[in-house]
Amino acid sequence: MKIQTDHKVLAPSLAKNSRIFQLRQGLIAGWPICLGYIPIGMAFGVLAQQAGFPAWAVGMMSILVFAGSAQFICVAMVSSGASALTIILTTLVVNLRHALMSSALAIHLQGVNRWFLSLFSYGITDESFSVNMARFRETDWSRWSGLTVNQSANIVWILSTISGCLIGQFIPRGAFGIDYALTAMFLCLLVYQLHGPIYILTAILAGCISILWYLFLPGESYIVGASMLAATLGYLIRRWRKKP
Amino acid sequence: MTFYEYFVLFAGMGLVTYIPRWLPLLFLAHRRLPQWLIDWLSLIPVAILSSLLAPILFTTAEPRIFSPGKPELLVAIPTFLFAVKTKSLGGTVVVGMLLYWLAGLFL
Repeated sequence: MKIQTDHKVLAPSLAKNSRIFQLRQGLIAGWPICLGYIPIGMAFGVLAQQAGFPAWAVGMMSILVFAGSAQFICVAMVSSGASALTIILTTLVVNLRHALMSSALAIHLQGVNRWFLSLFSYGITDESFSVNMARFRETDWSRWSGLTVNQSANIVWILSTISGCLIGQFIPRGAFGIDYALTAMFLCLLVYQLHGPIYILTAILAGCISILWYLFLPGESYIVGASMLAATLGYLIRRWRKKP
Repeated sequence: MTFYEYFVLFAGMGLVTYIPRWLPLLFLAHRRLPQWLIDWLSLIPVAILSSLLAPILFTTAEPRIFSPGKPELLVAIPTFLFAVKTKSLGGTVVVGMLLYWLAGLFL
Protein backbone atom coordinates (compact mmCIF):
# COMPACT_ATOMS: atom_id res chain seq x y z
CA MET A 1 0.00 0.00 0.00
CA LYS A 2 2.80 2.37 1.00
CA ILE A 3 4.85 1.57 -2.11
CA GLN A 4 1.85 2.20 -4.31
CA THR A 5 1.32 5.71 -2.98
CA ASP A 6 5.03 6.48 -3.38
CA HIS A 7 4.83 5.27 -6.93
CA LYS A 8 1.86 7.52 -7.57
CA VAL A 9 3.76 10.53 -6.24
CA LEU A 10 6.95 9.76 -8.15
CA ALA A 11 5.53 8.79 -11.51
CA PRO A 12 3.93 12.08 -12.53
CA SER A 13 7.04 14.13 -11.72
CA LEU A 14 9.19 11.95 -13.97
CA ALA A 15 6.74 11.58 -16.84
CA LYS A 16 7.51 13.64 -19.90
CA ASN A 17 4.11 15.31 -19.91
CA SER A 18 4.11 16.21 -16.20
CA ARG A 19 3.86 19.85 -15.17
CA ILE A 20 7.14 19.71 -13.21
CA PHE A 21 9.01 18.38 -16.24
CA GLN A 22 7.46 21.07 -18.44
CA LEU A 23 8.27 23.76 -15.90
CA ARG A 24 11.89 22.63 -15.80
CA GLN A 25 12.10 22.56 -19.60
CA GLY A 26 10.77 26.13 -19.60
CA LEU A 27 13.37 27.26 -17.09
CA ILE A 28 16.20 25.60 -19.07
CA ALA A 29 15.06 27.34 -22.27
CA GLY A 30 14.35 30.64 -20.51
CA TRP A 31 17.44 31.17 -18.38
CA PRO A 32 19.51 32.78 -21.19
CA ILE A 33 16.73 35.39 -21.54
CA CYS A 34 16.79 35.96 -17.79
CA LEU A 35 20.59 36.30 -17.89
CA GLY A 36 20.27 38.79 -20.73
CA TYR A 37 17.50 40.70 -18.94
CA ILE A 38 19.64 41.36 -15.86
CA PRO A 39 22.06 43.80 -17.59
CA ILE A 40 19.29 45.26 -19.80
CA GLY A 41 16.84 45.63 -16.90
CA MET A 42 19.50 47.18 -14.70
CA ALA A 43 20.57 49.47 -17.55
CA PHE A 44 16.95 50.54 -17.90
CA GLY A 45 16.62 51.10 -14.14
CA VAL A 46 19.77 53.23 -14.08
CA LEU A 47 18.55 55.39 -16.98
CA ALA A 48 15.10 55.75 -15.40
CA GLN A 49 16.62 56.76 -12.06
CA GLN A 50 18.80 59.35 -13.81
CA ALA A 51 15.66 60.68 -15.54
CA GLY A 52 14.00 61.13 -12.13
CA PHE A 53 11.77 58.03 -11.88
CA PRO A 54 11.37 56.65 -8.33
CA ALA A 55 11.91 52.89 -7.83
CA TRP A 56 8.22 52.19 -7.16
CA ALA A 57 7.31 53.82 -10.48
CA VAL A 58 9.86 51.67 -12.32
CA GLY A 59 8.39 48.55 -10.67
CA MET A 60 4.84 49.58 -11.54
CA MET A 61 5.88 50.27 -15.12
CA SER A 62 7.64 46.90 -15.54
CA ILE A 63 4.58 45.08 -14.20
CA LEU A 64 1.98 46.99 -16.24
CA VAL A 65 3.93 47.39 -19.49
CA PHE A 66 6.63 44.65 -19.68
CA ALA A 67 8.05 45.85 -23.02
CA GLY A 68 11.73 46.78 -22.82
CA SER A 69 12.10 48.97 -25.91
CA ALA A 70 8.86 50.89 -25.18
CA GLN A 71 10.00 51.45 -21.60
CA PHE A 72 13.34 52.86 -22.79
CA ILE A 73 11.47 55.15 -25.21
CA CYS A 74 9.06 56.23 -22.44
CA VAL A 75 11.94 57.33 -20.19
CA ALA A 76 13.48 59.32 -23.04
CA MET A 77 10.13 60.94 -23.87
CA VAL A 78 9.28 61.81 -20.24
CA SER A 79 12.66 63.52 -19.86
CA SER A 80 12.04 65.54 -23.03
CA GLY A 81 8.65 66.63 -21.66
CA ALA A 82 6.28 64.71 -23.97
CA SER A 83 2.59 64.40 -23.01
CA ALA A 84 1.15 61.12 -21.69
CA LEU A 85 -1.00 60.72 -24.81
CA THR A 86 2.02 61.04 -27.15
CA ILE A 87 3.93 58.47 -25.12
CA ILE A 88 0.99 56.04 -25.14
CA LEU A 89 0.53 56.39 -28.92
CA THR A 90 4.26 55.84 -29.51
CA THR A 91 4.10 52.75 -27.30
CA LEU A 92 1.22 51.44 -29.41
CA VAL A 93 3.16 51.91 -32.66
CA VAL A 94 6.38 50.44 -31.27
CA ASN A 95 4.56 47.42 -29.81
CA LEU A 96 2.28 46.73 -32.78
CA ARG A 97 4.97 44.32 -33.94
CA HIS A 98 3.85 41.96 -31.18
CA ALA A 99 0.56 41.48 -33.04
CA LEU A 100 2.58 39.76 -35.75
CA MET A 101 4.35 37.58 -33.16
CA SER A 102 1.06 36.77 -31.46
CA SER A 103 -0.36 35.69 -34.84
CA ALA A 104 2.67 33.50 -35.52
CA LEU A 105 2.35 31.84 -32.08
CA ALA A 106 -1.31 31.06 -32.77
CA ILE A 107 -0.18 28.34 -35.20
CA HIS A 108 1.26 26.40 -32.26
CA LEU A 109 -1.52 27.16 -29.75
CA GLN A 110 -4.48 25.92 -31.76
CA GLY A 111 -7.63 25.24 -29.76
CA VAL A 112 -6.10 26.20 -26.40
CA ASN A 113 -8.58 27.74 -23.92
CA ARG A 114 -8.96 31.51 -23.79
CA TRP A 115 -7.84 31.92 -20.16
CA PHE A 116 -4.49 30.36 -20.96
CA LEU A 117 -4.12 32.46 -24.10
CA SER A 118 -4.92 35.65 -22.19
CA LEU A 119 -2.27 34.87 -19.59
CA PHE A 120 0.25 33.73 -22.21
CA SER A 121 -0.13 36.85 -24.34
CA TYR A 122 0.93 39.11 -21.45
CA GLY A 123 4.43 37.63 -21.72
CA ILE A 124 4.95 37.79 -25.50
CA THR A 125 8.17 39.78 -25.99
CA ASP A 126 10.81 39.76 -28.76
CA GLU A 127 12.91 37.47 -26.58
CA SER A 128 10.33 34.97 -25.29
CA PHE A 129 8.81 34.83 -28.77
CA SER A 130 12.14 33.99 -30.43
CA VAL A 131 12.94 31.27 -27.90
CA ASN A 132 9.44 29.75 -27.85
CA MET A 133 9.03 29.80 -31.63
CA ALA A 134 12.36 28.00 -32.12
CA ARG A 135 11.25 25.31 -29.62
CA PHE A 136 7.74 25.01 -31.07
CA ARG A 137 9.25 24.54 -34.54
CA GLU A 138 11.85 21.97 -33.60
CA THR A 139 10.45 20.04 -30.61
CA ASP A 140 7.10 18.97 -29.16
CA TRP A 141 7.25 22.07 -26.95
CA SER A 142 4.56 22.25 -24.28
CA ARG A 143 2.55 25.44 -23.83
CA TRP A 144 3.26 25.23 -20.10
CA SER A 145 7.00 25.31 -20.80
CA GLY A 146 6.31 28.31 -23.03
CA LEU A 147 4.41 30.05 -20.24
CA THR A 148 7.30 29.32 -17.86
CA VAL A 149 9.70 31.02 -20.30
CA ASN A 150 7.41 34.08 -20.44
CA GLN A 151 6.83 34.40 -16.70
CA SER A 152 10.36 33.68 -15.48
CA ALA A 153 11.62 36.37 -17.87
CA ASN A 154 8.90 38.69 -16.55
CA ILE A 155 9.90 38.21 -12.90
CA VAL A 156 13.61 38.72 -13.63
CA TRP A 157 12.79 41.81 -15.71
CA ILE A 158 10.75 43.42 -12.90
CA LEU A 159 13.41 42.71 -10.26
CA SER A 160 16.32 43.84 -12.49
CA THR A 161 14.69 47.15 -13.42
CA ILE A 162 13.92 47.95 -9.77
CA SER A 163 17.44 47.06 -8.62
CA GLY A 164 18.93 49.12 -11.47
CA CYS A 165 16.88 52.07 -10.28
CA LEU A 166 18.04 51.60 -6.69
CA ILE A 167 21.75 51.53 -7.60
CA GLY A 168 21.37 54.09 -10.43
CA GLN A 169 22.71 57.01 -8.43
CA PHE A 170 26.06 55.24 -7.98
CA ILE A 171 26.56 54.53 -11.70
CA PRO A 172 28.12 57.19 -13.94
CA ARG A 173 26.31 57.88 -17.22
CA GLY A 174 27.28 55.57 -20.10
CA ALA A 175 29.37 53.28 -17.86
CA PHE A 176 29.86 49.59 -18.71
CA GLY A 177 28.24 50.01 -22.13
CA ILE A 178 24.73 49.84 -20.66
CA ASP A 179 23.38 51.77 -23.66
CA TYR A 180 24.28 48.80 -25.86
CA ALA A 181 22.47 46.06 -23.88
CA LEU A 182 19.29 46.11 -25.95
CA THR A 183 21.14 46.24 -29.29
CA ALA A 184 23.28 43.24 -28.37
CA MET A 185 20.19 41.28 -27.37
CA PHE A 186 18.48 42.06 -30.69
CA LEU A 187 21.62 40.91 -32.54
CA CYS A 188 21.56 37.52 -30.84
CA LEU A 189 17.82 37.11 -31.39
CA LEU A 190 18.37 37.88 -35.08
CA VAL A 191 20.98 35.12 -35.24
CA TYR A 192 18.39 32.69 -33.76
CA GLN A 193 16.07 33.47 -36.65
CA LEU A 194 18.49 32.86 -39.54
CA HIS A 195 17.23 29.37 -40.45
CA GLY A 196 18.25 29.43 -44.12
CA PRO A 197 18.93 31.51 -47.27
CA ILE A 198 15.40 32.91 -47.54
CA TYR A 199 15.55 34.12 -43.92
CA ILE A 200 18.91 35.79 -44.51
CA LEU A 201 17.56 37.45 -47.65
CA THR A 202 14.45 38.66 -45.78
CA ALA A 203 16.67 40.06 -43.02
CA ILE A 204 18.77 42.01 -45.55
CA LEU A 205 15.64 43.32 -47.31
CA ALA A 206 14.06 44.33 -43.99
CA GLY A 207 17.23 46.13 -42.91
CA CYS A 208 17.49 48.13 -46.16
CA ILE A 209 13.77 49.03 -46.25
CA SER A 210 13.81 49.93 -42.57
CA ILE A 211 16.74 52.34 -43.01
CA LEU A 212 15.08 54.06 -45.99
CA TRP A 213 11.71 54.20 -44.20
CA TYR A 214 13.35 55.59 -41.05
CA LEU A 215 15.25 58.26 -43.00
CA PHE A 216 12.35 59.49 -45.13
CA LEU A 217 9.26 59.07 -42.94
CA PRO A 218 8.97 60.60 -39.46
CA GLY A 219 7.73 58.64 -36.42
CA GLU A 220 8.14 54.99 -35.51
CA SER A 221 6.14 53.33 -38.32
CA TYR A 222 9.33 51.98 -39.90
CA ILE A 223 9.40 48.86 -37.67
CA VAL A 224 5.98 47.50 -38.59
CA GLY A 225 6.08 48.89 -42.13
CA ALA A 226 9.49 47.53 -43.11
CA SER A 227 8.98 44.13 -41.49
CA MET A 228 5.62 43.50 -43.20
CA LEU A 229 6.97 44.64 -46.57
CA ALA A 230 10.15 42.55 -46.27
CA ALA A 231 8.24 39.43 -45.13
CA THR A 232 5.89 39.83 -48.10
CA LEU A 233 8.82 40.17 -50.53
CA GLY A 234 10.55 37.18 -48.96
CA TYR A 235 7.32 35.16 -49.20
CA LEU A 236 6.87 36.07 -52.89
CA ILE A 237 10.50 35.23 -53.71
CA ARG A 238 10.17 31.86 -51.99
CA ARG A 239 6.98 31.08 -53.93
CA TRP A 240 8.51 32.20 -57.22
CA ARG A 241 11.63 30.07 -56.64
CA LYS A 242 9.53 26.97 -55.88
CA LYS A 243 7.65 27.18 -59.20
CA PRO A 244 9.49 25.59 -62.15
CA MET B 1 5.04 63.40 -11.43
CA THR B 2 2.49 62.18 -8.89
CA PHE B 3 1.46 58.59 -8.23
CA TYR B 4 -1.76 59.19 -10.14
CA GLU B 5 0.05 60.62 -13.21
CA TYR B 6 2.47 57.68 -13.30
CA PHE B 7 -0.42 55.22 -12.96
CA VAL B 8 -2.45 56.76 -15.81
CA LEU B 9 0.62 56.80 -18.09
CA PHE B 10 1.67 53.22 -17.34
CA ALA B 11 -1.89 51.84 -17.43
CA GLY B 12 -2.36 53.44 -20.86
CA MET B 13 0.96 52.08 -22.10
CA GLY B 14 0.12 48.67 -20.63
CA LEU B 15 -3.23 48.55 -22.39
CA VAL B 16 -1.81 49.38 -25.84
CA THR B 17 0.97 46.85 -25.23
CA TYR B 18 -1.35 44.05 -24.11
CA ILE B 19 -4.04 44.35 -26.80
CA PRO B 20 -1.76 43.69 -29.81
CA ARG B 21 -0.29 40.69 -27.97
CA TRP B 22 -3.68 39.34 -26.95
CA LEU B 23 -6.24 39.80 -29.75
CA PRO B 24 -4.45 37.96 -32.61
CA LEU B 25 -3.68 34.97 -30.40
CA LEU B 26 -7.22 34.84 -29.04
CA PHE B 27 -8.82 34.88 -32.48
CA LEU B 28 -6.33 32.95 -34.59
CA ALA B 29 -5.86 30.09 -32.11
CA HIS B 30 -9.41 28.93 -32.81
CA ARG B 31 -9.27 29.10 -36.58
CA ARG B 32 -7.50 26.98 -39.13
CA LEU B 33 -4.83 29.18 -40.65
CA PRO B 34 -4.26 29.00 -44.42
CA GLN B 35 -0.82 27.77 -45.53
CA TRP B 36 0.15 31.06 -47.18
CA LEU B 37 -0.42 32.90 -43.89
CA ILE B 38 1.72 30.37 -42.00
CA ASP B 39 4.51 30.78 -44.59
CA TRP B 40 4.29 34.57 -44.41
CA LEU B 41 4.23 34.63 -40.60
CA SER B 42 7.34 32.43 -40.46
CA LEU B 43 9.32 35.27 -42.05
CA ILE B 44 7.96 37.91 -39.67
CA PRO B 45 10.37 37.41 -36.72
CA VAL B 46 13.55 37.79 -38.77
CA ALA B 47 12.05 40.81 -40.55
CA ILE B 48 11.06 42.53 -37.30
CA LEU B 49 14.44 42.06 -35.66
CA SER B 50 16.28 43.32 -38.72
CA SER B 51 13.95 46.34 -39.00
CA LEU B 52 14.56 47.18 -35.36
CA LEU B 53 18.33 46.84 -35.65
CA ALA B 54 19.23 48.42 -38.99
CA PRO B 55 18.43 52.06 -38.09
CA ILE B 56 20.26 51.71 -34.75
CA LEU B 57 23.39 50.49 -36.53
CA PHE B 58 23.40 52.57 -39.72
CA THR B 59 21.76 55.92 -38.90
CA THR B 60 21.86 58.75 -36.38
CA ALA B 61 18.66 59.80 -34.58
CA GLU B 62 18.58 63.60 -34.52
CA PRO B 63 18.65 64.53 -37.35
CA ARG B 64 17.97 61.24 -39.13
CA ILE B 65 21.02 60.73 -41.37
CA PHE B 66 22.60 57.64 -42.93
CA SER B 67 25.95 57.17 -41.19
CA PRO B 68 27.82 53.89 -41.62
CA GLY B 69 30.86 53.47 -39.39
CA LYS B 70 29.24 54.40 -36.07
CA PRO B 71 30.68 52.61 -33.00
CA GLU B 72 27.29 50.80 -32.75
CA LEU B 73 28.00 49.15 -36.12
CA LEU B 74 31.68 48.43 -35.46
CA VAL B 75 30.80 46.74 -32.17
CA ALA B 76 27.90 44.87 -33.80
CA ILE B 77 30.24 42.91 -36.10
CA PRO B 78 32.19 41.01 -33.39
CA THR B 79 29.03 40.80 -31.25
CA PHE B 80 27.14 39.23 -34.15
CA LEU B 81 29.96 36.73 -34.78
CA PHE B 82 30.00 35.86 -31.08
CA ALA B 83 26.24 35.19 -31.23
CA VAL B 84 26.62 33.01 -34.35
CA LYS B 85 29.41 31.02 -32.69
CA THR B 86 27.92 30.57 -29.19
CA LYS B 87 24.13 31.13 -29.59
CA SER B 88 24.28 32.47 -26.03
CA LEU B 89 21.90 35.36 -25.34
CA GLY B 90 23.33 36.31 -21.97
CA GLY B 91 26.91 36.01 -23.25
CA THR B 92 26.17 38.13 -26.31
CA VAL B 93 24.67 40.91 -24.19
CA VAL B 94 27.67 40.98 -21.87
CA VAL B 95 30.21 40.86 -24.75
CA GLY B 96 28.32 43.57 -26.67
CA MET B 97 28.20 45.89 -23.64
CA LEU B 98 31.87 45.31 -22.86
CA LEU B 99 33.00 46.01 -26.43
CA TYR B 100 30.80 49.11 -26.65
CA TRP B 101 32.21 50.39 -23.39
CA LEU B 102 35.77 49.80 -24.62
CA ALA B 103 34.92 51.43 -27.97
CA GLY B 104 33.72 54.50 -26.07
CA LEU B 105 36.98 54.64 -24.11
CA PHE B 106 39.37 54.18 -27.04
CA LEU B 107 37.66 55.46 -30.21
